[in-house]
Amino acid sequence: MEPASTPATGKKADVGETEVAATDAAAERDRSAEQEFTTMSGKAIRAKYGPEDVKGEHADKVGEPGQYPFTRGPYESMYRGRNWTMRQFAGFGTVEETNERFHYLLEHGQTGLSTAFDMPTLMGYDSDHPRSLGEVGREGVAVDTLDDMERLYQGIPLDKVSTSMTINAPAAMLLAFYVLVGERHGVTPDRLAGTIQTDILKEYIAQKEWCFPVEPAMRLVTDMVEYCTDHMPRFHPISISGYHIREAGATAAQELAFTLKNGFTYVERAIERGIDVDAFAPRLSFFFNAHIDFFEEIAKYRAARRIWAREMKETYGAKKPESMRLRFHTQTAGVSLTAQQPLNNIVRTAIEALAGVLGGTQSLHTNSFDEALALPTEEAVRVALRTQQIIKEETGVTNTVDPLGGSWFVESLTDELEAEAYDYFRRIDELGGMVEAVRQNFPQREIGEAAFTFQRELDDKDRLIVGVNSHVHDEEEVPLLHIDPALEAKQVERLLKTKAERSQSEVDAALAELKRVAEADGNMMYPIIEAARARTTEGEMIIALQDVFGTYTETPVF
Amino acid sequence: MSSEAAASKSTEALSGTIDRKIRVVVAKPGLDGHDRGAKIIARALRDAGMEVIYTGLHQTPEQIAETTIQEDADAIGISILSGAHMTLVPKIVELLEAQGVDDVLLTVGGTIPKRDIEELKKLGVSGVFTPGTPTDEIVEFIRDGVKGRSREI
Repeated sequence: MEPASTPATGKKADVGETEVAATDAAAERDRSAEQEFTTMSGKAIRAKYGPEDVKGEHADKVGEPGQYPFTRGPYESMYRGRNWTMRQFAGFGTVEETNERFHYLLEHGQTGLSTAFDMPTLMGYDSDHPRSLGEVGREGVAVDTLDDMERLYQGIPLDKVSTSMTINAPAAMLLAFYVLVGERHGVTPDRLAGTIQTDILKEYIAQKEWCFPVEPAMRLVTDMVEYCTDHMPRFHPISISGYHIREAGATAAQELAFTLKNGFTYVERAIERGIDVDAFAPRLSFFFNAHIDFFEEIAKYRAARRIWAREMKETYGAKKPESMRLRFHTQTAGVSLTAQQPLNNIVRTAIEALAGVLGGTQSLHTNSFDEALALPTEEAVRVALRTQQIIKEETGVTNTVDPLGGSWFVESLTDELEAEAYDYFRRIDELGGMVEAVRQNFPQREIGEAAFTFQRELDDKDRLIVGVNSHVHDEEEVPLLHIDPALEAKQVERLLKTKAERSQSEVDAALAELKRVAEADGNMMYPIIEAARARTTEGEMIIALQDVFGTYTETPVF
Repeated sequence: MSSEAAASKSTEALSGTIDRKIRVVVAKPGLDGHDRGAKIIARALRDAGMEVIYTGLHQTPEQIAETTIQEDADAIGISILSGAHMTLVPKIVELLEAQGVDDVLLTVGGTIPKRDIEELKKLGVSGVFTPGTPTDEIVEFIRDGVKGRSREI
């Protein structure tokens, strides 16, 4: 990783507001001679950039929007043709509360849904499991069975609204629930549009929500890719995610490198399974963070598109341009939000969202200003959505495609991030690939180092965050969302009711079949769908598979 | 480790000829995987010369109480960002009390709303640290807090 370089953007400025006006030319020169200017990830930045800083052939590296290597964007007309999808992540309490929030967001002009599940659901525990105590509905919505899922999407036209589900270790179970809800709505799997996250590698690396050891988890991911390739042509079976890697403290280059390497690993597994690369690769999508260092983020998205295109073509033999074209969702950086002076977060989020848009995102979530304190209130969510609408409708930044393309600084930064990503690819390959690197804690350790370096810079005031270690003043209070603890009891009651009403012999038979297929190396999606239909709970399916595969325990490094 | 941290560590080691090192359990209860803060704190405490036992993720209150007792810890730093603090922290306090542990300095860090901070303090939590707290402040708090407790360090 980058050496723990000192100063970053405008750091150690020694300039209070009052002094700014008084700059005298000589003093200015002195300061810039001493001060090191870097991006927030520690990349050195020169005083100016010119044509000499952009190397290589423009046509090969940058090219045209909508054409290989897609540096300037995945589509020719970008936002002139179609705006990004405004997709606010939502979920809390039970399915009723979340369904209500979904309808609220759609009524306010949101164009796609994104479902946040609670911690027990993400970890594969039912709401009545002892480990779920106090966590049901806290950080997302609780879903245990098909009945919950049906209620969650009640009144939502699943053939028209695309839905994203943020779930990984138990993704197959939730996909099964979704397919069956579609069936009950009369929408066949081939007409369901949306995305399920499924990116298990980044769980071991950063988000740390797992159910199984790495290898069987990878097999389950490949089962889903195969199932979706065969039956769900409008669905994205994996959203290869850098977001959580960045939130765990990674630099921009680490986010870029680990995410793409995870992506290549899924591609390799699917090819090994015998699936044609051009049959599944167009349905892979990405999910990146939009942090506060504006230009570095834009360069990161551009580098991601170029690397993905090149590797898909040259290493994995893709023929269709759609297989090489990286499309991504963006979320503004939760980690950049401050609990102090929370209204300032509206500004941070707006700047980050703008970076996502200028970087060519296909879909965007803007965080709410109160999220360093609690799940967002309705008002805070509305302001976040309005932020996107202001960028779209007022600023004019969408009028031309890739307005920053050709900026010497942006192109040079893109090249640098690309080079650093390739350096990481090499180091990971030397360890034996990403799965092995994860086992050896390599990405985990790199991220931990970066996070610690960043914190030390904050403590030393080499890096400033307004309201935290700069311009500190007494707290302003904002109203917060409180989750009613009674919702947990309500969810447990609902689960017990479903369990009482279903046929236990059907459930037992379905679980036995799931275990048989798991042991026999078959595609587990099919028995999972049948088990879900019999109203087997998510947790019951996970336990059945853990009987076959075992569980996972991390050896933490710090 | 930075050279200053190394220096402060060796100073600690010298004074440690009389005083034993402060032992801190950094604990991650709950099901979430937000471990950035816990790991940063663990490392900062270690760099400040303390003996740090990091439990790893997804610990039950029972496991945390058990580790605290087994490790004969002077302080516990509970890191929690899942919103379940009002369920899990009282449970940990209760388990420690039931085992007669009353001399451990209890601290909590994470996204804790103001109104819950007061509640946690009533339960016996000495310090609650929300995002943005400098690590030095936490190091000092633990050092002073442990010194002020009944047990000899």
